[in-house]
Amino acid sequence: MAVLTEEQTLIRDQASAWVIDKAPVSSFRALRDSESGQGFQPETFQAMVDMGWSGILVPEQYGGSDLGYLTCGLILEQLGRQLTASPFFASSLVGATALALAGNSAQQEALLPGIVDGSAIVVLALEESSRHQPEQTALQADQEGDGFALNGSKTFVAEGMAATHCIVASRTSGEPGDARGISLFLVPSDAQGITRTALPTIDSRDHAKLSFSNVHVDNSALLGTLDEGMPVLEAVLDRARIGLAAEMLGTASQAFDMTLEYLKTRQQFGKVIGSFQALGHRAAEMYSLMEQSRSCVEAALQAVDAGADNVPQLASLAKCQVGKFLFKMSNELIQIHGGIGMTDEFDAGLYLKRARILEASFGNRAYHRDRYATLMDF
Amino acid sequence: MTGEFEISVRDWVAANLPDALVNVPIGMYGVDSEDPQVVEAFELWRQRLAAQGWGAPTWPQEYGGAGLTDTQAKVISRIIAEAGSMNPIPYLAGMGVTMVGPTLLEYGTPEQKSRHLPGMASGEVRWCLGLSEPNAGSDLASLSMSAELDDEGWVLNGQKTWTSGADKSQWCGALVRTDRSAAKRDGISFLLLEMDQAGIETRPIRLIAGESPFCETFFSNARARKDDLLGELNDGWSVVKRLLQHERQSQTNAPATRSAATPVQDVAKRYLGTNPDGTLTDPDLRSRLADHLMDTAAHELTIARIMTDARGGNVEVSATASILKNSATDVAQGRSELLLEIMGNQGLGWEPGEYTQEEALAVREWLGGKSMSIYGGSYEVQKNIISKNILGLPETTQKG
Repeated sequence: MAVLTEEQTLIRDQASAWVIDKAPVSSFRALRDSESGQGFQPETFQAMVDMGWSGILVPEQYGGSDLGYLTCGLILEQLGRQLTASPFFASSLVGATALALAGNSAQQEALLPGIVDGSAIVVLALEESSRHQPEQTALQADQEGDGFALNGSKTFVAEGMAATHCIVASRTSGEPGDARGISLFLVPSDAQGITRTALPTIDSRDHAKLSFSNVHVDNSALLGTLDEGMPVLEAVLDRARIGLAAEMLGTASQAFDMTLEYLKTRQQFGKVIGSFQALGHRAAEMYSLMEQSRSCVEAALQAVDAGADNVPQLASLAKCQVGKFLFKMSNELIQIHGGIGMTDEFDAGLYLKRARILEASFGNRAYHRDRYATLMDF
Repeated sequence: MTGEFEISVRDWVAANLPDALVNVPIGMYGVDSEDPQVVEAFELWRQRLAAQGWGAPTWPQEYGGAGLTDTQAKVISRIIAEAGSMNPIPYLAGMGVTMVGPTLLEYGTPEQKSRHLPGMASGEVRWCLGLSEPNAGSDLASLSMSAELDDEGWVLNGQKTWTSGADKSQWCGALVRTDRSAAKRDGISFLLLEMDQAGIETRPIRLIAGESPFCETFFSNARARKDDLLGELNDGWSVVKRLLQHERQSQTNAPATRSAATPVQDVAKRYLGTNPDGTLTDPDLRSRLADHLMDTAAHELTIARIMTDARGGNVEVSATASILKNSATDVAQGRSELLLEIMGNQGLGWEPGEYTQEEALAVREWLGGKSMSIYGGSYEVQKNIISKNILGLPETTQKG
């Protein structure tokens, strides 16, 4: 653990106690089994709002606390541990970051207070295919009168059904594949011409497909600079990737703890299975991966707070290294638990399913390996 | 405060580092050069560092150190490196400054400390370690070399192996069996003895990479002073455990191999070429190279995090040394394998001539690097330590 301030330690401990007490994995399981169609329990998110978490990345002038990304990451890690479902990542981190980095003061004033008090859920609508590839953005935004008309579709939009507003990556010039010609628009999700469809995903969370048919937005909906949305989008994505890596670290660490506990208690052949060297060595490997993952995540969170210039490298590093740990750990979680790990009644499956969603979100390992190589100039 | 300290170090180095030594490579045994001017400059530099207590800067002044903090010691190393040289004393003292000395500081009597530490801190006395035996490698506690007490002191009989630098050392720290009737970890003691005596014979070991610093060392009625028992009688296992922690800590930084200065991706670009978009021509290698560089970054960030945590009092560094030893090994061996693959047939030469210096060196480092996962507690032993000592899983190995 990084050397934390007193406030950060307090928030981390509060988050850890709260998720275990008020939003444990059993509560997520109950949500899933209720088949309510909701991606999260509103009272769970309200409690997070009441604790001030939704304002951690929002400047004080808009009602936030501006405590920074390390603090935000500490909370995400705890949420990841219990698979706590909420729009905290999609809106309090990604939405707030996009508005803070790209928004003008009118846009910030209009939405940041709502993000803080929970009345606005602002999410990023980016992906259009089965792969994360921001530069391939094709959703067309054509100038029309005093604004733009949006046509196309978005998919895999996290918290897309609950969202009150979407930040839509759109093509205003050039071809899919060009970095230039991408613009961001802030669109109310109930705007005329938007059709939202819930995607049934393995993690039972809120993911949506959005189709845009002549959706009209005013010029004032443009977030950032026309055609030059890519640099700021990358900055938003890097912060999202780092936050996601923190959540993934929590998910994988919990899977590690569950597995270690099982190794110490499950008996076969007259001894606890953790006494078998083949298993002890795998636990040691997972532990080493966990420690190295933590180092990458903390370094990345701290780099964002410090305004360091190597944030892109650290974002890809953290997403990739934690992705490797989570992939292996979620598989070991099932394998080491054996038959019980295969049952729906046991939580291992919930962690495995969430793991693959997290791994794919905002670029899988192959994406970030390739990006890291490019950033390192080879 | 650090600022002032840094300035004073910088001034001292500027005034005391001989010009003739700047950018001259220094190895385990000093300078390779036979130029009398360089040899003289090297000896002068050693004397000046020793007089300053900077051979082992964190040791107490009364034992030849300077009583400085780890952070201050790092500042000194950095500033000397920036000036184009290094502190050669840890090399000259063999296992003295890095391992035997720190253990002596904890377990030694005041008399032992006064007698042994100043020679290490000045680089005048080279130490080796007699730990492994032909039949006691990973299972070190099964060692059989004996020591018995007579009227004049200890009498040692047996064989040690992998005694690095034994043929060039003046003193040795040896793990010996002093009670055959006790359980195997309970009958071991740690003795300090002089190497230059009739009862000791050393024979260098040739390795897969060619010449090596390692020796087989034979003890036939060799002698140690009675008061050179380190720690309690039959408690040598505690002493050596602590000593091995110092060893792991000294190995946690990826080894400063001579070729490590060149980024491996630059070598790859040179040998394989790049596409018009700047990417390596071999996409499979590119992907694995990226993986390797990320593993390297994760290892380095972990070292940095553990150092920060240790200063904040969050963790005991020794608990994580096993993780770092294995990741340092993965990084160094992984790099060597990639370098050879990048060089292709040019990375498979044994004698120089048809191969560049860089290629020949890469091959020797690749072979030499295989030892990293064997010495100082093998890769598998480190995993045992992690699973047992850190994770609290039950003992997996046979215990004596």
